[in-house]
Amino acid sequence: MHMADALISPAVGGTLWAATAGLTAYSAKKLKKDLDEHKVPMMGVLGAFIFAAQMINFTIPATGSSGHLGGGMILAILLGPYAAFLVMASVLTIQALFFADGGLLALGCNILNLGFFPCFIAYPLIYQKIVGARPTQGRILLGAMAAAILGLQMGALGVVLETWSSGITELSLSTFVLLMLPIHLAIGIVEGLITAAVVSFVWKAHPAILTQASHPPAARVHSHKPLLLGLALFAVVAGGMLSWFASTHPDGLEWSIKGVTGKEELAGPKEGVHGVMAWIQERLAFLPDYDFKKPEEEKAGQKEESWPEVSPGKSLAGILGAAMTLLLAGIIGFGLRRYYSHGKG
Amino acid sequence: MGKIESALLNIGYLETLSYQQTPLHRLDPRAKLLTTLVFIVAVVSCGKYDITGLIPFIIYPVVLIAVGNLPPGYLARKILLAAPFAFFIGIFNPLLDRAVLVQLGPVGISGGWVSFASIMLRFVLTVSAALILIAGTGLNAVCLALEKMGAPRSFVMQILFLYRYIFVLTDEALRLVRARALRSFQGRGMGFKVFSYMIGQLLLRTLDRAHRIHLAMLSRGFEGKIHLVRPLHLRSRDVAFFLGWSTLFVLMRWYNIPHLLGNAAAGLIR
Repeated sequence: MHMADALISPAVGGTLWAATAGLTAYSAKKLKKDLDEHKVPMMGVLGAFIFAAQMINFTIPATGSSGHLGGGMILAILLGPYAAFLVMASVLTIQALFFADGGLLALGCNILNLGFFPCFIAYPLIYQKIVGARPTQGRILLGAMAAAILGLQMGALGVVLETWSSGITELSLSTFVLLMLPIHLAIGIVEGLITAAVVSFVWKAHPAILTQASHPPAARVHSHKPLLLGLALFAVVAGGMLSWFASTHPDGLEWSIKGVTGKEELAGPKEGVHGVMAWIQERLAFLPDYDFKKPEEEKAGQKEESWPEVSPGKSLAGILGAAMTLLLAGIIGFGLRRYYSHGKG
Repeated sequence: MGKIESALLNIGYLETLSYQQTPLHRLDPRAKLLTTLVFIVAVVSCGKYDITGLIPFIIYPVVLIAVGNLPPGYLARKILLAAPFAFFIGIFNPLLDRAVLVQLGPVGISGGWVSFASIMLRFVLTVSAALILIAGTGLNAVCLALEKMGAPRSFVMQILFLYRYIFVLTDEALRLVRARALRSFQGRGMGFKVFSYMIGQLLLRTLDRAHRIHLAMLSRGFEGKIHLVRPLHLRSRDVAFFLGWSTLFVLMRWYNIPHLLGNAAAGLIR
C-alpha cells in the first residue's frame, strides 16, 4: 500500500510532507527529552529488523499465497510511539530510495498512513487500552489483532482519501473504498496474528523487554497531546486538500456540493488564501488547459464535442512532436555518454 | 529465495554505483537532492491528461544516467519491479473513463487510456529520479545533506543506523530461511507456527545485538549523537546545476515543447 508519486498531486504531497515533517521533528524532540540513549542503536537495529523479518515469509494455508510482517505495530509495542514513528519514517524513506517502493513526494502520505496511524492512534488508543499494565496471552492476542487491523484500515482509508483528492484516478470514492478496505482487512488479520505471535513469544522468553518498552511514565502523562495535535493537523491538511480539489477538478466535489446546496459552486472569497491558491493554480494549470482555453464563443459552438476537444490534426502534431522530443533526448544522452567515456579513456 | 538474495544484492549494487567518480557524483548532495525534489514536483503538477507535456522531462534522467555512468538496464528493471501499485490503481481509468479524447484517423483513444499512460509516465519519471539520486550520491551523502538542511538529527541518525544494519540482519534472516527450507519436506514447517518462532528468535537476537552495539559505542566515547564529519562546500557548479535544471523544468512546464516542435514540423511538411 505504498503510494507512488504518480498518483498524487503536488498539493496533497506537499501538505502531507509538511505535516509529517512536523510530526517527525516533534517526535525527535520528544525522544531527545526522555531518551535513555540506549535506544539510539536499538531503534536503528530494529528498523533493519523490519526489513530482515520481511524476508521471512510463511505459507497461508489453503490459499497458496504467503504473508509477511508489515511492522508499524510491533515497533510501537517494542519502542513506544515516538521512537516507533521515527523508525517507521526511516524505514519508509529507505524503501522509497532503494526499492522505489513509494515515491519521494508521496513519502509524507506513506509516513502518515503507515507510521502515524499505527504509532499514534492504534497503539495508544487500542493496544494499550486492551493490554494494559499486566499483559496476558489473551489480551496480547486481542490487542495486537484489533490494533493491527484498525491501524491498517485507517492507513488504507488514508491512501484512498489522498489518491482521490489528488484527482488522478477515475475511481469514485466509494468504489475505491470498497476496493481497498476488504483487501486490507485480510492483510490486517495476518499482520495482527504475526504481531500477536511475536509479542507473546518475546513476552514469554524475555518479559523485561515489553515492560521496558512501555515503561517511561513521563511520556504517558502527555500521551494525548501529540494525538490531539496530530488530529488537528490532519484536519487542517484534509481541509486544505479538499479546498484545493474543489477548485481544480470540477467533476467530483462540486458535483456533491451541488447536491447539497443546489448551487454549482460555493461562493469563495476572492482575496486571501483562496485568491492566492487560485492564482497559483491558474499558473500551474496553464499548460494542461492549453488546448481547451478557447475563447468562450468557440467553446459554445462545439458544445456537443466531448471534453476535452478532439481534433485529429492536433493529436498528430502532438505525437510527432513527442517522438521528436524523445529522439532529441536520446541523442543528447548518447552524445554525453560517448563524450564522458572518451574523456575517461 | 534466489529472488530475495538478488533483491539484497541490488541494494549493494546501488551502493557501489554511488562510489564512482563522475561529474554527477562530484556534485554537492544538497544540489542533487533539491533538484530531484523540484523535478518530481514539476512532473507531478502536470495535468491529468498530459502526455506530451511530460515527455520532455525524460531529458533529466537521460542526461544524469549518461553523465553519471549509471546502467540504464538495471534501473529499468528496478522501476518495473516497483510498478504494480501504480499500475493497478491506474488501470481503472481506461475502464471508467471511456470518452474519446484523441482521434487518430479511424482509431479513437479514450481519455482513460490517455490518463493511464500519463500515470505510468509520471511513475517512470519520478521513480527514476529517486533511484538516480541514490545511485549518483550514496545514502551517507544524502543523509549528510538532509542533516545540513535541517532535518532532525535523530531522524538522520536513525536512517544511517538502519542502513548500516540492513545488510547484517538480512543476512541473518536469510540463513534462517535457508535452514528452514533445507529441513522442510513437502512444505512441512513452512506454516505460521514455525514462522512466528523464527521471527521471535530473530527479534531476540536483534535486541541482543543492539545491546552489544550500544556497549561497543559507549566504549568508543558515544554520548548520544553521531558526528558526521565531512565538510560540504557549495561551489558555483552545484548552484549552477540546481538553478539550471530548475529553470529548465519550469520552462518545460510552461511551454509544451512537443507541441511546438510538432506544429513546426507539420508547418514545414505543408
